[in-house]
Amino acid sequence: MNGEPILRFEDVSKIYPLPAGDVVALDRVSLTVDPGEFIAVMGPSGSGKSTLLNLMGCLDVPTAGKIYLSGREISRMSDDDLTRLRRDRIGFVFQQFNLIPLLSAVENVEFPIILTTDREESRRRAIEVMRAMHLDDALFTHRPGELSGGEQQRVAIARALVNDPDLLLCDEPTGNLDTKTGTAIMEILAEENRESKTVIMVTHDPNVAAYARRTIRIVDGRLA
Amino acid sequence: MFFSFAVRNLRRHWIRSALSIIGIVIGVVAIASLGVMGNSINLLVANVITDVGDTVVITPHTAIGGTFAGDPRTAVDASIPAREVEEIRRAANPHRTIPVLQGADEVEFGRGKSGYTQIIGVASDDIPILLEIADGQYPRQNQPGALVGTYLAAEYGVAPGSRLTIGNESIRVAGVLAERGFAADINPDYAIVVTDGWYESHFGAKDAYPMVVVRVGDAEEIDAVKEAIDSRINRREEIVDIFDSREMLRQYEEIYQQITVFLVGIGGISLIVAAVNILNVMYISVTERIREIGVMRSIGALRREVLLMFLYEAVILGFIGSIVGGVLSTAFGYLISLAAVEVFTAGTTFGENITVFDLSAVGYIVFGMAFGTGTSIAAGFYPAWKASQLAPVDAMRQK
Repeated sequence: MNGEPILRFEDVSKIYPLPAGDVVALDRVSLTVDPGEFIAVMGPSGSGKSTLLNLMGCLDVPTAGKIYLSGREISRMSDDDLTRLRRDRIGFVFQQFNLIPLLSAVENVEFPIILTTDREESRRRAIEVMRAMHLDDALFTHRPGELSGGEQQRVAIARALVNDPDLLLCDEPTGNLDTKTGTAIMEILAEENRESKTVIMVTHDPNVAAYARRTIRIVDGRLA
Repeated sequence: MFFSFAVRNLRRHWIRSALSIIGIVIGVVAIASLGVMGNSINLLVANVITDVGDTVVITPHTAIGGTFAGDPRTAVDASIPAREVEEIRRAANPHRTIPVLQGADEVEFGRGKSGYTQIIGVASDDIPILLEIADGQYPRQNQPGALVGTYLAAEYGVAPGSRLTIGNESIRVAGVLAERGFAADINPDYAIVVTDGWYESHFGAKDAYPMVVVRVGDAEEIDAVKEAIDSRINRREEIVDIFDSREMLRQYEEIYQQITVFLVGIGGISLIVAAVNILNVMYISVTERIREIGVMRSIGALRREVLLMFLYEAVILGFIGSIVGGVLSTAFGYLISLAAVEVFTAGTTFGENITVFDLSAVGYIVFGMAFGTGTSIAAGFYPAWKASQLAPVDAMRQK
């Protein structure tokens, strides 16, 4: 750890212009995330949690303020540069799993690295991560539709980890899973955090948030 | 990766893909086979028209030009009076002026075979200038005889020395004409040529001619000869139409080229319909997969990679459609050109040994295929570009 925060928000605002009037999703938010942290972002629906996560994940750019990822300002980056950052430095885990239905489980996992790595190496790496997620080899060639919710989320986590990112962003990772499967998924995330990955997770569930070492509360677009 | 993605997506919606491909196939086949057909007609005409480059043909003036058998002048029995023919002779001097008589009568060829045949009457000393013989000899004024067109002779087994009965008059066959083809002046391959004296004694003298041919030795002088005839005969009113064979050939070529362009244009319309179909299919594909596009973008697919993925789909559809269309067009085009030969030469033996499916026909097929692929890519570009411009967050929000 070089002491530099992995993420730094400086007075970040996000405003969505709508015909009925502008919606302020985030209002001058400043925060710092150090490497290796495990953070839960909590707050009521519409409070701006997902907007915060999207900005952290370089999926969106702020209307005002500055965001630094490992010291680099991302607010003015081109779309291609943001995409490369997402591909190389960030892993996403979504509530809906968001696997690509046309691809088999293993192809879904290798998708982020096959764009930059040769086929054999990406396949080897994908299988390695999937096995670490306790996914049975027999499932590798299955399409997402043929997998259970828990299996799909494991595949999704494997996909998020395959490029060995510094930052793992999870949006309600257990929201679509039963308690037992949810617990197993949270164990995986906690394990990744212990192995030095920074994990930021949006959740409604206090039991899930309990895995985190810090909780950020957000209400009406402001940190509470 | 993105290519195999495109293939999988096309396979996932295989009915939709197949219908798009069928659209392209139809378009390509339409363009290519209509082009080949037009081209065949062109080649066919070029093959059968004999280029008698040094001939001026003068016919009675009507609103319509041409010397086809179906010419209305034949029906109205329009002709050029002998007095005007003399004027033409003077105007065209020193070039040879040949008045031509044309009629038709029942001809018995012997052994019970008979048919209605065109009879052409030309002065005996003009015949060798206008026509070549393959066998026998030219008839002379004092020794009348008939020259039989090569195809007519072949069909009815006529040879020099045999006898024919025209109407109810018997005449000896003096010779068989060499093949002449479809010419600007007379087309004797299926006709019988007799001396003008015999013609007038048989049909009655009218002192008028349906056609006058002027043989101009030097092609350079053709325009001067036409001009001289025109200023002498058509001084007060249009009495005759004056053509030269080069001009007619040019007109034919122009007409048939226009036909080809028109036919290819029709084919083009069907390909545009196919392109709209591809546009539609691609648009549906993009709309259905917005969420998927958002996911791909969020996990690292660049805009141009998304663009490429959708373009591949259009390329694959266009390419398969064009290949299948090209193969079918080659088959169809060949059949169509055979049919064109048959239709255009029905009842004649022109067109035997004529190849109308040549390199330029292949050119139309290649053009059709290239146009098919090109239109598909063009149609696919906009939806693909739209997909690539989607913001990942907005795209993932779609249900």
